[in-house]
Amino acid sequence: MSKERIKISPDLYDIMPSDYQDLVQSATYGKEDRGWKDIGTSKELIEQHSLCAGCPESMAFRYILASLPNPEDTVMVGSTGCTSLVFPMVAVHNIHSLFGNQNAIASGLKRALSVRFPDRVKDVVVLAGDGATVDIGLDMTLQAWFRQEKFTTICFDNELYANTGGQESGLMQKGFVAKMAPVGKLFDKVRLPEIARESGCHYVVNCTVSKPSLVEKVIRNSVLIAREIGPTYIQLYTPCILEIGKNSMEGLQEMRDSEKPTERFAYKEFVSEPAKQFLAELAAKDKERKAAAKQLAGKA
Amino acid sequence: MAEIKSHIGTQNKKGQTYTDPWKMMHEAPRNPSFYTGSEVIKEALRRASCDVMIAYPITPQSEAAALIGELFAEGYIGDYFRGESEFAVMSQCAGAAFGGARVFTTTAGPGTMRAMENFPMWAGARLPIQMIVTCRGINSPLSIQPDTIEISYLLNTGMLVWHAETAQDFFDWILKGFMVSEEPEVHLPLALCCDGFFVTHTKDVVNLTPTDMCLPPYDPYRSPVPCMDMECPPVRMMRDPFIMKSNYISYATHASWQQEIWAAVERSRKHTIKWINGLIDTENTDAEVVIVASGTAVSQGREAIRLLEDEGVRCGLIKVKSLRPWPGEEIREATKNAKHIFVPEFNVTGWLAKEIKATIPNSERVHAGPHVCGGMTMPPEIIVSEIKTALGLRSESLAGRGS
Repeated sequence: MSKERIKISPDLYDIMPSDYQDLVQSATYGKEDRGWKDIGTSKELIEQHSLCAGCPESMAFRYILASLPNPEDTVMVGSTGCTSLVFPMVAVHNIHSLFGNQNAIASGLKRALSVRFPDRVKDVVVLAGDGATVDIGLDMTLQAWFRQEKFTTICFDNELYANTGGQESGLMQKGFVAKMAPVGKLFDKVRLPEIARESGCHYVVNCTVSKPSLVEKVIRNSVLIAREIGPTYIQLYTPCILEIGKNSMEGLQEMRDSEKPTERFAYKEFVSEPAKQFLAELAAKDKERKAAAKQLAGKA
Repeated sequence: MAEIKSHIGTQNKKGQTYTDPWKMMHEAPRNPSFYTGSEVIKEALRRASCDVMIAYPITPQSEAAALIGELFAEGYIGDYFRGESEFAVMSQCAGAAFGGARVFTTTAGPGTMRAMENFPMWAGARLPIQMIVTCRGINSPLSIQPDTIEISYLLNTGMLVWHAETAQDFFDWILKGFMVSEEPEVHLPLALCCDGFFVTHTKDVVNLTPTDMCLPPYDPYRSPVPCMDMECPPVRMMRDPFIMKSNYISYATHASWQQEIWAAVERSRKHTIKWINGLIDTENTDAEVVIVASGTAVSQGREAIRLLEDEGVRCGLIKVKSLRPWPGEEIREATKNAKHIFVPEFNVTGWLAKEIKATIPNSERVHAGPHVCGGMTMPPEIIVSEIKTALGLRSESLAGRGS
């Protein structure tokens, strides 16, 4: 899609919702080097959301949507959960179909888009919670990786089933007392990042969303690597402040506390050899482009 | 329509000519060929301009699903792969259809049941996926034998459901099915069912359309809902998502959406009648005794009628081709003279007889049987015996059944 496609007929301009007018005027579809710094100066691809006040998931959503390298040709796939309350207000095509089948939907979608648009880039990005990714949908999560499906899987890890009211999930920490874990969870947090690496993902990152610049880098890398090389997996800690007994203002601190070097969300990254090479080539091109721009600016 | 017309007469990469579907199916020369049902599915797909086919092994559809893989290797299908389970496969089909592809898959018995959560979702998302269902038993202990019980579970999903009797039905209806499914005012998935083994694994003479003709490609921009390819404006669907809300607007929205799906099933009626030449076929329905059946039970009924004629009993036949849309009017009209209506079925509950009883006046006329299930065959003699017993005629005892 080019930005031309969303233009409004002048005759109808005044009756279009203002958020759509804003999208046409100042959204960053097609902008090179888009990123989190556009937030505040351009129209975001997410309108209001109905998540809890201060929910870190809402921050994660904003950073991710600001960082997609190619939103004008990206289709997102969600699943059931708190994310499905947000997707209806995202200005990128997105699919919700069933609970847990997001990586299967994305597999079919990516292949259809490749058949229909063989000469164009169409990115597919999955964004689902930990219940969808690791419990009910684990089979399809892994199988998509085994098949080397070329899309990005992002997991919002809040370590429980938030939308249904705080039940135990596979990514919950051992010992945590929750609904359906009345004496505390009896087994360890599932080590999906390691499983992702062993399952064929070319880029795996485990981190929190406390630093927007980091989220931007990770999302951009994961989408570009998935486009060119193979599956990528990003696990982001988006704590459910409601279910862990925190206040609206405490989400950021919770993430900062959980990303200390010995904590479970200390930044961890795996990059496959082909992906390393690809990132190095990207960096070299970037450098070249910046040098050329500088030279041009110098001449001017 | 403009999009479709623009393709007609041009060639695809395999040198097939995109042909007006009506002309291809009704006017093009036909070539008699001796094929198994599975091979017929492959031959139909060769002519279907299918973008994505997703496969999974389960008897008795495995052969057809693998043969379509050969078509992919030959370059007739856009993409093809084996999914990891029927639930995943039907979701993968959904993903491909959301992305604007013409999508085809096949399944059977326990696979249909495992995938079931997807089918109302397909209908609700208005995805015109075609799924071949080669019916088999779903009960425990494990059975792989023919049994049509799974069709009853599909009837309330919002999918179109057709029941083929022969391999010829199959060949024609696969191609015609895409035309009905993809009508903008329909745009619903189709479950094209047949009786496993009896149709898939037997050989029959089937009249095929020329291999150098194929259907025009699917045009996703005729869909009543936006195709998820970012080629049209990504409008925000709603400000306040009512998906999980408990308020009147939420209920009303969901209710009207469901009603719209069933309205679309209803709107498919005229297209189905046009393409498969009526929802039912009838023979001698002025007789007092009528057999109503679908699938291969029709063939067995036809043979029973021949045997009954030898004994001086005149019996009519109604072949039910489409179960959704349901031919209520047609069956009421065709059974108005009947005093006795027999419904032979390959399943234990007699779902077709129940549908018919709910449709016609004086439903005590319906004899729900004979039933066979679990893979048993239905010799015409047991239909004859059932009819003669009900009519109070002396019946030869059947071997092993006593009398």
